[in-house]
Amino acid sequence: METYQLNVNGQRKQVKVDPSTPLLWVLREELKMTGTKYGCGISACGACTVHVDGIATRSCVVPVSLIGDRPIVTIEAIAADPVGRAVQDAWVDKDVVQCGYCQSGQIMSAVALLKATPRPTDTNIEESMGGNLCRCATYVRIREAIKSASQQLK
Amino acid sequence: MLSNCRSFIRTLPIIPVAAVIWIALTASAAIEVRESRKPNADTNLDNGLAAWQKVYSVLTSPRCINCHTATNYPQQADDRHRHFANVIRGPEGKGVPGLNCISCHQSANADSTGVPGGNNWHLAPLSMRWQDANDRPLSSAVVCRAVTNRSKNNNLGGPALLKHHEEEPLVLWAWNPGRRPDGSMRTLPPLSHAEFVAATRTWVEAGTPCPPAK
Amino acid sequence: MPAATQLEKRSQIDRRGFLRVSASVAGGLFVSLYLDLPAFAEEGNQAPPAKVYPPDAFVNVRPDGKILITVNRLEFGQGVQTSLPMILADEMDADWSQVIAELAPAADVYKDPVFGIQMVGGSGSIAHSFQQYRELGAKTRAMLIAAAADRWHVSPEQCRTENSVVYGPGNRSARYAELAHDAARKPVPNQARLKNPSEFRLIGKKIRRLDSRPKCDGSQKFGLDLDLPGMKIAVVAHPPVFGGRVKSLDDKDARAIEGVREVFEIPLMKGSGVAVVADRFWTAKQARDRLKIDWDLSGIEHPDSSQLWARYRELARTTGNVAVTRGDQKALESFPRSSRIIAEYEFPYLAHTPMEPLNATVRVNDDRAEAWVPSQFQTMDQMAIAQVLGLKPAQVTFHTEFAGGGFGRRAVIDSHVPREAALIAKRLRGTPVKLIWTREDDVQGGYYRPMHAHRVEIGIGSDGMPAAWRHVIVGQSLVAGTPFAALMIKNGVDASTVEGVADTNYNIPNFHVSAHHPTVNVPVLWWRSVGNTHTAFVMETLIDELATRAKMDPITYRRKFLKPEATKLRAALDLMDEKSSAWRSKLPKGHAVGISCHECFGTAVACAVDVSIENKRPKIHRATVAVNCGLAVNPLSVESQFQAGMGFGVTQLMAKGAITLKDGRVEQRNFDGYTPPYIVDVPVGVDVHIVPSNDAPTGCGEPPVPVISPAVVNALARLTGKRYRSLPLESLAG
Repeated sequence: METYQLNVNGQRKQVKVDPSTPLLWVLREELKMTGTKYGCGISACGACTVHVDGIATRSCVVPVSLIGDRPIVTIEAIAADPVGRAVQDAWVDKDVVQCGYCQSGQIMSAVALLKATPRPTDTNIEESMGGNLCRCATYVRIREAIKSASQQLK
Repeated sequence: MLSNCRSFIRTLPIIPVAAVIWIALTASAAIEVRESRKPNADTNLDNGLAAWQKVYSVLTSPRCINCHTATNYPQQADDRHRHFANVIRGPEGKGVPGLNCISCHQSANADSTGVPGGNNWHLAPLSMRWQDANDRPLSSAVVCRAVTNRSKNNNLGGPALLKHHEEEPLVLWAWNPGRRPDGSMRTLPPLSHAEFVAATRTWVEAGTPCPPAK
Repeated sequence: MPAATQLEKRSQIDRRGFLRVSASVAGGLFVSLYLDLPAFAEEGNQAPPAKVYPPDAFVNVRPDGKILITVNRLEFGQGVQTSLPMILADEMDADWSQVIAELAPAADVYKDPVFGIQMVGGSGSIAHSFQQYRELGAKTRAMLIAAAADRWHVSPEQCRTENSVVYGPGNRSARYAELAHDAARKPVPNQARLKNPSEFRLIGKKIRRLDSRPKCDGSQKFGLDLDLPGMKIAVVAHPPVFGGRVKSLDDKDARAIEGVREVFEIPLMKGSGVAVVADRFWTAKQARDRLKIDWDLSGIEHPDSSQLWARYRELARTTGNVAVTRGDQKALESFPRSSRIIAEYEFPYLAHTPMEPLNATVRVNDDRAEAWVPSQFQTMDQMAIAQVLGLKPAQVTFHTEFAGGGFGRRAVIDSHVPREAALIAKRLRGTPVKLIWTREDDVQGGYYRPMHAHRVEIGIGSDGMPAAWRHVIVGQSLVAGTPFAALMIKNGVDASTVEGVADTNYNIPNFHVSAHHPTVNVPVLWWRSVGNTHTAFVMETLIDELATRAKMDPITYRRKFLKPEATKLRAALDLMDEKSSAWRSKLPKGHAVGISCHECFGTAVACAVDVSIENKRPKIHRATVAVNCGLAVNPLSVESQFQAGMGFGVTQLMAKGAITLKDGRVEQRNFDGYTPPYIVDVPVGVDVHIVPSNDAPTGCGEPPVPVISPAVVNALARLTGKRYRSLPLESLAG
């Protein structure tokens, strides 16, 4: 067990865990922040996506020992970012979710896309969202919601 | 006794001079020997080409070639299949927003989760592709020319290539590739790093010769 | 007889359980069943499904004006926790902005009125509970009016309601919140006036989901997110071959990890495994990885896909147990080879892989237990937990958690996941134990859509129509050996294997359908749309082939070939034709149209897809789909189900969309080896059109799934000239 000082959503958090513990499980079980989800554990689905130093990061494969003091932002705080808020509002407006389990990750990936590419094309959307799995397959509305959020942010 | 010392001192400067003359004579003899062995310049060329083949065997092994693709995706595993989750090259070989290489690949291997890592994980540029569009490794002749083409290889000459093979973190990673998700160790390139560097050195000293193009 | 009355008739429950099969208005197969659960009946604990549903179990008007509506089934994406409250709130004249919903715990009063157990499946949520929730809303409204009428000394007929307010003569008005206390004391009326469809304010309208925001901001809790004081996490090491047993166990290295609490062998449905209990998931998982287990794999079948295929192909060439036989069985023989089609189809095992891995949390005390499960099968799961613990079901408080998808995987007759959780919790009395199945456990853990082989022989008449059709299906029975067997297996045929063929809407005069149900050591389960996953593919691709042979347009061919009385399906076909004809006639080069239609679970669907080949895979640019589901309670939800459900259906076409076994072991581990559709794999755009109707609503959960695969493959046939009879779709050459 080691002690780590993490910067989560702008707050300092101290945890004591095995260094190999993925950030995902530190968030979920040490910090009780269950908005970030476990879907596969091998970074194939994106349900675990958070932002680390502004980069969309798949927390299920990143051991907490490799995070350091890089700031972490999770779904619980993404609304503080205007892009995050616009994406969540678009998601609600377009009635995107079905079971909803993948949507934290979808939203975090979409926010990363829109922050880098405010006017994404269909190809941009397919490429940036191409690694996020939705078993309910709500992809048609995910596309619509991203375009809508992009419009709102103009 | 005094007369002996004086004669010894008088001979002293002769020794270094003699040594220099001796060295010069043997060197020139060696050069003469080398030049007179014109067909054996080919030995140097042969050595260089043989060394290149060793280098090529490493470059086209999965740990290296998986990121030197000609397509818009990396490969993974020993069977070099297309990387899962639709990860793609992106404009700078670093993926795309939301799905960057560093979204998963950190600065070190994550053995507990089976994800390899190293400094600045990204794809080699298309100018450094060592496969064709059908994911087949290019021939030794083609790869050699690609690797030595200074307009495409980031302007690296022989010595710089050697240094690259010796020191570049992502190159070194190939010999410390970490564990797969199932816990097993990834396979290493066919030569040790030391052998790879030695072969590179031989090849560079031979003037980075390439096998004849077909 | 009107559809609504038919629904009521089906709700009448017999004391003893038996299968009642009744034809729905559209001619499809509709199965209503009441489970005979003898073990239970002996104990006298089996309450038949309540015929009376007390409103106070379903709706609670709070003093602050909020209206809490209890939903009698799992919400796992289909939107039922919005649409059922809509129905109740409409009849109740509730202010929709004040409505909140919760998922019902396990209790008799929440059993499905038709199926007789508390469950979600068979696309039955709206179909079975529409009338029920209407009545609940209407009765609640009547009681509120009665309370107001009492207060004002007027007659109820003088009162009206709107938006959570009762209005009386003069300027009298009272909010529901004010009246709730008195209303609860009123007798529940036996009958209450239901609205005329023209009076609906919510039903039939596009209403957004109630659970959207929490699912977008991380606050929605799923079963896996549960956190209770003192809770421990458990994982189970399962044998590599189904039914294997632990021979010896070395857990020294596992126990050495800090935070590991218990390691012990547990019995499984077949064989045994090893449970690891720890403070944290990661600890438990690491400990499990360090277990050294010697498995006894003797005496059990080691299934192997290539061997199974050989066996299935052989079986498909012989007649099985007969499901349907009509007309002249010798008719086929009169057709020359040139007028015959002989087609053999293959479908692999499919895993469901809902996004939320399987989990169940149980806490055992002395004479009580409490369970939290994202369950599609509350009655069965509660019973199973009770059985494991030696309790009566009533002693198990069973909470229904939101589920991250299900597709059938959370409705398991043997309740194996809750059973595992109960067995482990039993050992840690007083401590809540959350059992988590990793994604690897899930992909390798069985309960797949079975593999199937079909063999079809068609004799084509001179008019290009099939005059004789002989169809053999080979596939494991879903229910043989379970309490459901008596209900679904008739004449040795499991109804779920042949649905979509046996009850076809096509007018086949000389028709013979039979099935073989091999026994294989692989647990199997219904996978969203069940038998229709493979039968619709076979039917719709063969129809396409027949249409091509007859040089007829595929829509025209279907119109000609469908039974005249298949009115629901014909209406869907017509609407799809109308809505897609413009783009179908203007396709770019390299694109082709694929058509399919199918009716299942009472709902008729027709679709047209625009497909090209990109990077050796089908690229689906667009799908136009027409739905005939009777009254669409929430058209926004119906649209969502079809846009997304068709995408789900693409799972069957994915290059890595197969579970295979070698020497008894499942070869795939996770999403890298078994890969469901990502955004690039599904239609880019889907436009959904609903046939206007006031008929009783039928389901939309499963009907979207069967139509997409055959439609895409029919388009591919036009592009490549090849027929695809084996799924998943391998790489398309050039």
